[in-house]
Amino acid sequence: MKVMAQMSMVMNLDKCIGCHTCSVTCKQAWTNRTGTEYVWFNNVETRPGLGYPRTYEDQETWQGGWVRTKRGKLKLRAGGRAKKLATIFHNPKLPSIHDYYEPWTYEYDMLLSSPQGQHTPVAKPKSLLSGDDMSISWSANWDDDLGGSTATMQDDPILKHMSEHVAEELEQTFMFYLPRICEHCLNPSCVASCPSGAMYKRVEDGIVLVDQDQCRGWRMCVTGCPYKKVYFNHKTGKAEKCTLCYPRIEVGLPTVCSETCVGRLRYLGLVLYDADRVGEAAATEDTRDLLTAQRSVFLDPNDPEVIEGARREGIPDDWITAAQRSPIWKLIHDYEVALPLHPEYRTLPMVWYIPPLSPVVDVVASSGNDGEDGRTLFAAISQLRIPLEYLAGLFTAGDTGPVERVLRKLAAMRSGMREVNLGREFPEETAAAVGMSGDQVQEMYRLLAIAKYEERYVIPTAHTEVARELEEMACSLDFEGGPGMGGAGPFGSSSGTPTPVAVENFHALSARQTADSPYGPSTPGRVNLLNWDGNGRPSGLFPPDEPGPSGPGGGEPPDGPGSLPGGRQDAAPDQPGGFDGSAR
Amino acid sequence: MDVSADGIIFWVVVPYVTFAVLVVGSIWRYRYDKFGWTTRSSELYEKRLLRYGSPLFHYGLLFVVLGHFLGLVIPKSWTEAVGISEGFYHFIATSMGTAAAVVAVAGLLILIYRRRATGPVFLATTRMDKTMYVFLAGSLLSGAWATVETQILAGGHGYDYRETISPWFRSLWYLQPEAALMAGVPAAFQVHILVAMLLFALWPFTRLVHAFSAPVQYPFRPYVVYRSREASVSSRAPRPGWDPSETPRRH
Repeated sequence: MKVMAQMSMVMNLDKCIGCHTCSVTCKQAWTNRTGTEYVWFNNVETRPGLGYPRTYEDQETWQGGWVRTKRGKLKLRAGGRAKKLATIFHNPKLPSIHDYYEPWTYEYDMLLSSPQGQHTPVAKPKSLLSGDDMSISWSANWDDDLGGSTATMQDDPILKHMSEHVAEELEQTFMFYLPRICEHCLNPSCVASCPSGAMYKRVEDGIVLVDQDQCRGWRMCVTGCPYKKVYFNHKTGKAEKCTLCYPRIEVGLPTVCSETCVGRLRYLGLVLYDADRVGEAAATEDTRDLLTAQRSVFLDPNDPEVIEGARREGIPDDWITAAQRSPIWKLIHDYEVALPLHPEYRTLPMVWYIPPLSPVVDVVASSGNDGEDGRTLFAAISQLRIPLEYLAGLFTAGDTGPVERVLRKLAAMRSGMREVNLGREFPEETAAAVGMSGDQVQEMYRLLAIAKYEERYVIPTAHTEVARELEEMACSLDFEGGPGMGGAGPFGSSSGTPTPVAVENFHALSARQTADSPYGPSTPGRVNLLNWDGNGRPSGLFPPDEPGPSGPGGGEPPDGPGSLPGGRQDAAPDQPGGFDGSAR
Repeated sequence: MDVSADGIIFWVVVPYVTFAVLVVGSIWRYRYDKFGWTTRSSELYEKRLLRYGSPLFHYGLLFVVLGHFLGLVIPKSWTEAVGISEGFYHFIATSMGTAAAVVAVAGLLILIYRRRATGPVFLATTRMDKTMYVFLAGSLLSGAWATVETQILAGGHGYDYRETISPWFRSLWYLQPEAALMAGVPAAFQVHILVAMLLFALWPFTRLVHAFSAPVQYPFRPYVVYRSREASVSSRAPRPGWDPSETPRRH
């Protein structure tokens, strides 16, 4: 037994309202740079739908993940090492930009600079790849809320595996949102696909990262990942992927997507697992047994033997405690309501999902029945085969059993808690019907519905013995567009040594952002020329004038407004540098 | 034999300077610009032409390189010792070399056309790329022309470069350069060699560096790579001024 810790996530799909806040904040934090316009480390898909990139789940086409050979060995679906090297000059299974979408911007400048005329100027969309006019025909969430789904939904790879009649009915029966990030798999096929060895799984917390200095841009990881969550930065020529916000995780903060989730549906915590058994579990013969196999790889953090093993592997005690308090472990093991996304890819993904009950409730309620009643819900769950089969296609390789059990637990919680809200006792028989106790269901309710911040996120900090090095450790993604980064150098985009992201930068930035005046220097004795418009004398550069009636700039501390610029005597005296700004 | 000053410059000075630039430049680039050390693939923009052009060019080039190795590094006496006659050698080298050259040139033409004709690919082309393409195409075409002119059109066994160019090439490596050997070499070969040397001098400063990172270790490593966070942190060179304070040792 080799105990390892994995930072993992569970998302409660019942609570996702499809607002894309996670996607937007993630993009602002990580991929708002050139070359990553089309990169969404986090995206939210409407299901049924095509996903992003389009039909990524169709592994017959994209060849991601692993397959089991006849001899019971695991093999990369896109081909083993020899085939990887043979096709290195052209990766045949790489999605093109059109399978994602062509990134664009709008000609906003036209709105301001076009001459006066009869017609209102328009900001036409311009391709960010070619600079040409383009008509926008797809994006990262084009089929959001089933928009245009009559034209595209039949291409949903999950639906294709279900029977024919289903597709037509499905749109009327249910819809839900699926937020996706990198799965940080226990058996990552992207890492296995990387010829350069630039991708790795961190020993401490299992986060899968790309070493940007070692990546040579062979693009095999993009093919290898069945979730298509490794992206190719087309400007820097390097692979980039969700980092699980490791700089935040290391200091005990939740990821940006979790922190900003308005539905509070994300959970973060540790899971202990037996690294020696990962390969064996991933090679389980029947894909429908992979869920059980993956569960059997996890180790109970309360088991003394596991604790002993964890200590032997150098896992610190606070991490073991965190694993014991982990909401992930509770949802996966204690309540058994979380399921992995596409276990059939054999990567042992570590972002799990609680399948949504809401579509079932909606159907029951819209048919005039009581959508909160336990027995009605139980009956509906087993009768509504279509949602069940669809969810099974996502989470259990097509086995409806585990999905049904989860939905029944959620139904029991929903109907039981209504009784409690009405002032009655929690109905033990409802809980017993799903194999739980009333107390356990109420505990689960607390975790899922109340979802306190400190219960959702149990994140042990990285150990600070190396804190000083951390200060200067450049973040693997902060190249183009980061502080002090240049544009295209002679060797291509962002060549050269990056400016490290340092605590010093961080504090300087935050001081500037929180300074009272954007004009004055932030530090006494220092002059900020950035806001000087070239007229007059920059504030604080010269010793103050003799006190007199000349102006308010006189003898004030450097923070105060500077002397008035020569040519701008008409400007109001309290507006330094002639700015019309109001900040003071 | 007398060697002219030109001969010394072209066949002694230039090769060594080229070699020095290649080695020092590559080390410098690796240290200064690991992040820029990539293929900078444009496959995301365009796949259809790349699918043919890139494998044709690269595989053709691999055979071209193999051919150069056999012709330049293996002495004539060795092949004769194993019973390969000059006629047979000439036939094999010319036919295989021509085939490889045709494949590589065809690939290169597709790639250059693709680079020019596909908007996003052309926009992603740096000035360095364009310069590199001139020298890359120059070496390939001049080499192909040298083969055609001296080996095919000339008839017979063609020009026996293994009497002149190859010994000169090897002499560079054991540091006793024999520039005189290059005096009578046909102009086509001389041009080819000079253009190629310029390409090698340019090499470290272009995207061609990706050739040095051919993933030869990939078949021999375990599939899943684990790295410790601490290892990645401590592998960074310590910044100046952070030497630990140690107790001075008394003698």
